[in-house]
Amino acid sequence: MAVTREDVLHIADLARLGVDGARADALTKELSAILAHMEVLSAVDTASVPPTDGIGAEGTPLRPDERVSPLMERTLESFAPAMRDGFFIVPRLATHEDPAESGA
Amino acid sequence: MSRERYEMVVGLEVHVQLKTRTKAFCGCSTDFGAPPNVNTCPVCLALPGALPVLNERAVELATRAALGLGCKVNPVSIFARKNYFYPDLPKGYQISQFDQPLATGGSVAIGKNEAGADVQIGITRLHMEEDAGKSIHDRYPGATAIDLNRAGVPLIEIVSEPDLRTSADAGAYLRTVKQILQYLDVSDVSMEEGSLRVDANISVRPPGQTKLGTKTEVKNMNSFSAVERALEAEFERQCALLDSGGRVEQQTLLWDGARETVRPSRTKEGSHDYRYFPEPDLLPLKQDEKWIGDARSHLPELPDARKKRLVQEFGISPVEVEQLTATPALAEYFEAVARVSGDGKAAYNWVMGEVLAALRASSGDITHFRIRPADLAQLLNLVRDATISHTAAKRVFALMVETGKLPAQVAADEGLLQVGDEDAIATWVDEVLREHPEEGTRYLAGEKKLQGVLVGFVMKKSKGRADPKRVNQLLSARGG
Amino acid sequence: MSVESFGKLGAAAIASSVRAGDASRSDMIRASFERAREIGAGPDGLNIYLHSDEQASLEEADAIQKRLDSATDVGVLAGVPVAIKDNIASLGLPTTCGSKILAGYVSPFEATAITRLRASGALIVAKTNMDEFAMGSSTENSAYGPTRNPHDVRCVPGGSSGGSAAAVAAGITPIALGSETGGSVRQPAAFCGVVGVKPTYGRVSRYGLVAFASSLDQIGVLGRTVDDAALGLETIAGFDKMDSTSSDVDVPIYRLSALGGLPPDKRGPEGVAMESIRIGRTSVPIPPPPSASTLEGVVIGRPKEYFPDSLDASIRDLCERSLDRFRSMGATIRDISLPRSPLAIPVYYILAPAEASSNLARFDGVRYGLRVDPGKGLKAMYEATRSQGFGPEVTRRVLLGTYVLSAGYYDAYYKKAQAVRTLIGDDFRSVFSSGVNAIFTPTTPTTAFHVGAISDPYEMYLNDIFTVTANLAGVPAMSVPIGRVRRLPVGGQIITAHFDEYTMFRVAYALEASLGAEAHQ
Repeated sequence: MAVTREDVLHIADLARLGVDGARADALTKELSAILAHMEVLSAVDTASVPPTDGIGAEGTPLRPDERVSPLMERTLESFAPAMRDGFFIVPRLATHEDPAESGA
Repeated sequence: MSRERYEMVVGLEVHVQLKTRTKAFCGCSTDFGAPPNVNTCPVCLALPGALPVLNERAVELATRAALGLGCKVNPVSIFARKNYFYPDLPKGYQISQFDQPLATGGSVAIGKNEAGADVQIGITRLHMEEDAGKSIHDRYPGATAIDLNRAGVPLIEIVSEPDLRTSADAGAYLRTVKQILQYLDVSDVSMEEGSLRVDANISVRPPGQTKLGTKTEVKNMNSFSAVERALEAEFERQCALLDSGGRVEQQTLLWDGARETVRPSRTKEGSHDYRYFPEPDLLPLKQDEKWIGDARSHLPELPDARKKRLVQEFGISPVEVEQLTATPALAEYFEAVARVSGDGKAAYNWVMGEVLAALRASSGDITHFRIRPADLAQLLNLVRDATISHTAAKRVFALMVETGKLPAQVAADEGLLQVGDEDAIATWVDEVLREHPEEGTRYLAGEKKLQGVLVGFVMKKSKGRADPKRVNQLLSARGG
Repeated sequence: MSVESFGKLGAAAIASSVRAGDASRSDMIRASFERAREIGAGPDGLNIYLHSDEQASLEEADAIQKRLDSATDVGVLAGVPVAIKDNIASLGLPTTCGSKILAGYVSPFEATAITRLRASGALIVAKTNMDEFAMGSSTENSAYGPTRNPHDVRCVPGGSSGGSAAAVAAGITPIALGSETGGSVRQPAAFCGVVGVKPTYGRVSRYGLVAFASSLDQIGVLGRTVDDAALGLETIAGFDKMDSTSSDVDVPIYRLSALGGLPPDKRGPEGVAMESIRIGRTSVPIPPPPSASTLEGVVIGRPKEYFPDSLDASIRDLCERSLDRFRSMGATIRDISLPRSPLAIPVYYILAPAEASSNLARFDGVRYGLRVDPGKGLKAMYEATRSQGFGPEVTRRVLLGTYVLSAGYYDAYYKKAQAVRTLIGDDFRSVFSSGVNAIFTPTTPTTAFHVGAISDPYEMYLNDIFTVTANLAGVPAMSVPIGRVRRLPVGGQIITAHFDEYTMFRVAYALEASLGAEAHQ
C-alpha cells in the first residue's frame, strides 16, 4: 500500500504535527519506502495466532484504593509553560471564540 | 403531523463515576471541589516516565454494576488507548476499554407493556475508563484554563442497545439504571455533581422497517427530563428533515436547554480517528470465576427483588411499594420501622406521610433524618397499644423531629399518655353530659348520631388522652 | 589514585575500596570528572554528557561520606559513579530525552532504577546523550549533536544509548544505565567494546523511564566488564508496584553464576568464602570475583538466521572463535533455527512507532516542556510546539505509528504485526524448551560506521536486525566484546529464556574470562 500525500497530511493532522507542503512530499516518499518493507508480513498466515497483548499470566496487578501523597519534589509552576491561579493556561480552541459556547 | 410517520430509535450511553477514594490509576483523591490541580501527581499529569496501576476498588465496583445490570462479566478484559488531543486529556489518550470490555449482554426491565409483559432494554456493554480533566473557557479572555483534578477519576460507561422507542421510555430507562446503581452503592449518580452523564444516539425510520436510519449523537443534557426533551426536539428535527426530502447527517449535537433546541457541536477540531490499541502499560484484567462468583454472591438486593419481598413480608400493595423503594435509603428506613414495629401498614403510612413531609419541610434526606427507625417504631407501638392516641402521636412525632427525644419521654412530658381507665373516662363523660345538656339529653333519648359529637367533646376535655374506643363503649352503654 | 587507574577499576573494586576507607566518595567523583576532561567528553569533543554538575556531585558525595562515616550502612555500589541515559527521570539533573521539546525539564520524581542505585550507594554523575526519545541507532538523532565513539572519533558510538556506552568505554564510569526498545543498549555496547545487558521484559521497573514503546522498553545496564553489568542489573532488578508490567520474580546474585551450576539461593553455594556487607539491617554476602569457569553441561544454540551468507566475514570469524571457546569449556554447540526472525524488523517498525505515536502525544506544550504559541489558537500551538520540538526521525516515526493505527490500516499493519510477534516469541520458546540453555549470535551485522554514513532510514533500522527479536520475545540478551575488526570493537550476543539472566551471565563470565585480552584485540 503506497502512502499518498493526502494520507500524510491527514495523519500529520491527527498527530498534531504541523507538516508543510515540501516536507509532506518528502515524507510521502519515505513512509512509502518504509512501508514497502512491511508487505512481507501479509504473506504470513496468522489466522489462528493470538496477538501478543500483555506478557504475564497473572493479569494486571491491582492497587488498593488508598490515597498516596503525590511524591513531587517540585511544584507544577516549576515546569508549566503557563499557569494562573493554579490552572494550566492554554490558548483557546478556535471554536471556543464564541462566548456563547464557552463552558459547554 | 409528520412525526406519526416515523418511529424513534434511541440508544443511550451512560457514564457513571465510581465511588472510590482514589483515581483509577493513581493514589490521588477523587474529592469534589478541591482547588485546581491540587489532586494531581506524575501519573495523572502524564509526566514523562509515569505509569498507571489499576485501582482494585474500581474493578470491584464496576464488576458489581455489571452483575447488577444483568451483564456477563468477561474473565479477561483489555484496556485500550483512545487517542485524541485535548488540553484536559493529559496523556493525549484516554485509558478505556474497546473490543474486549469488562462486561457485555445485560438488560433491565423498565416497566410493563399493554400486554402486561416486562419491557426489557438490552445493555450492549459496560466498560471501565478514566475521566478527563476540566476545561474552563469563560474564566480568562482568549485562554482556556485547565484543571486536572478530575483527570483519571474512574468511570463506567453503560451502552444500551437501540431498544428505546419513546422519550418517555428513555427517561424510564435512565431512572431504572440510576436506581439499580444506587441500590448497588457503586456511585453517587448525581447529574449535578457530574457523577452521571448521558449521551443519546437517535435515529428515525418508518414503523415496520428493520434497517436503522442514520443516527446523530446528542450531548450536553443536564437532567433526565432534559434528555427526554432533547430527544423530542431531535426527533422532530429528523422527521422534518426527511419529510422535506433531506437526509440525516451523522454528527454530534449539543442540547441547548435555554432555547430548547439542539445545535451542531463544533468543539472537536479535525476528524475523529481514535486509533484504539491495547494499553501496553497495563496487562489484561483477569477476573476468575471465583472472584466473579464472590462478587455475585455479595451483590446487594436489587430494586425488583426488594419490591417483591416488601410486598410479601409487610402486606403493602404493589403500587405502594414503588414509592417506598424509590431510593434504597428510604426502603431501608421503611423496612427497619416495619420490622421493629411489626406493622407494615402503619410503617408505610407514617414513612410516606409524616416522614416524607418532615423531610420536605427541612429539605433533608432520609439518611440524615433525626428520628431513627427504631424510635419511630416505638412511637407506632405506643399508638397500637393505645398508650397515646393517633392525634397525640402526630404531636409527639413533631416534637421528636424538633428535640430528638424518645417518643415515650415526649408523650409523658407533654401529658399525652392516653387514659384507658374506666373511672377517669366515666368522670369526663359525666362532665360532658352535664356541660352540654341539650346534646346529652337528645343522645340519651336515642339520637345515636350525636355520639360522635359527644366523643369529640370528651376527647377535647381529656386533651386527647382519652382512649376513643373506651369513650365510645361507655357512651353506647349509657345511650343503650 | 591516578585517573588512568580509575578508568580501569571495576564497580566492585571501587565499592570495596570505598567501604574499606581507602578512598572517599568524593575521590571517586573527582577521578570520574577528571577522566571525562582528559578524554574530552564535553560537547566540543565526544559529546557524551548532556547534563552534569561536578560541584553538586562533590557536595552530595561529601554529604553521604559524612553521614556514613559513623554508620555501618554501606551499599554494594558504595561510591561508584554511574551515568544515566537522559530518558530516565532523575532528581537534580534535567531529563530531556535528547529532545528540544524537553529542553531544561527537571523531573519532580525519580525513576525506581535510580532510586535503587542510590540506595546501593551509587553516585549519579551525569545524564548521557542519546538519540531523541531513543529513536535511532547512532546517537546522531540527538537534538544536542551526535556522540562520538571513543575508539574512533569519526565513528558513531551506536545508539540510542550511545552516550552511556561511550561513558563506560571511555572509563568515565564503570556502569551506566541505558534503555532498550530494539537493541539500544546492546548495539552501542558492541560498537564501543563494552558489555550491554537488556534484561527480561518486566525484570526492571520502567517507572521513570520515558516511554518510547511500552511493550518493548526495558532499562538496561552498560558495564566495562560482565561483573560491572551483573552488579548493576542486580541492583536495579526486581518487582516495583509502580509498574504494572514489572514481574515479581526473585533476583539471584548473578556473580555466583560464574561458579557454575544452577542458581543458588541468595546465601550462595556451600564452601565459598564471601565478604559480607551490611545493607540496612541485613547482611549481604558478596561472592569472590569470578575466575575462569567451565560450561560443562551447557547447550548453546547457533541460529542459522543470524549467520547469513552476507554477514561480514571478520565478524563471523570472531563469533566462531567464541563458539570454539564455549566448546573448549565443555559446552555443546547446537545448530538451531529461529525461522521467523527475518520478520522481526518489519514487525518492530510497525509496533514500536505505533506505541510511540501514542506515548509521545503527551508532549503537547500544555503542562511542561517546550511551548511554541503562534497566537492562532490551541491547534496552532500544538502543531508549532510539536513540529519545532521534535526532530525528523521522531516526526517520521510518530507519523508511521499514526498511520498503522489509523482507520482502515489497523488490521493490515498493527494487528498483523502483533500476531507475527507471537510467532517470533514461539520460535524462542520452542528452542529453549528443546534443551538449549543459551543462544549465541553476533550483536550487530557491522562495526561502528562513520558519522553521517547512513542517511536512508530503513538502512539505519537494519542495525537492529540481530537484537530486535529479543525485545519482541521479551527474553534477556546481552552483548559482550569478542574482539576487534580494523581496530573497531565487535560484540557477541547471548540470549537466554525469560528471567534466566543467571545462565546468560554464566555464559558471559566464562566467555570474558576465556577471551581475556583477546576480547579487545
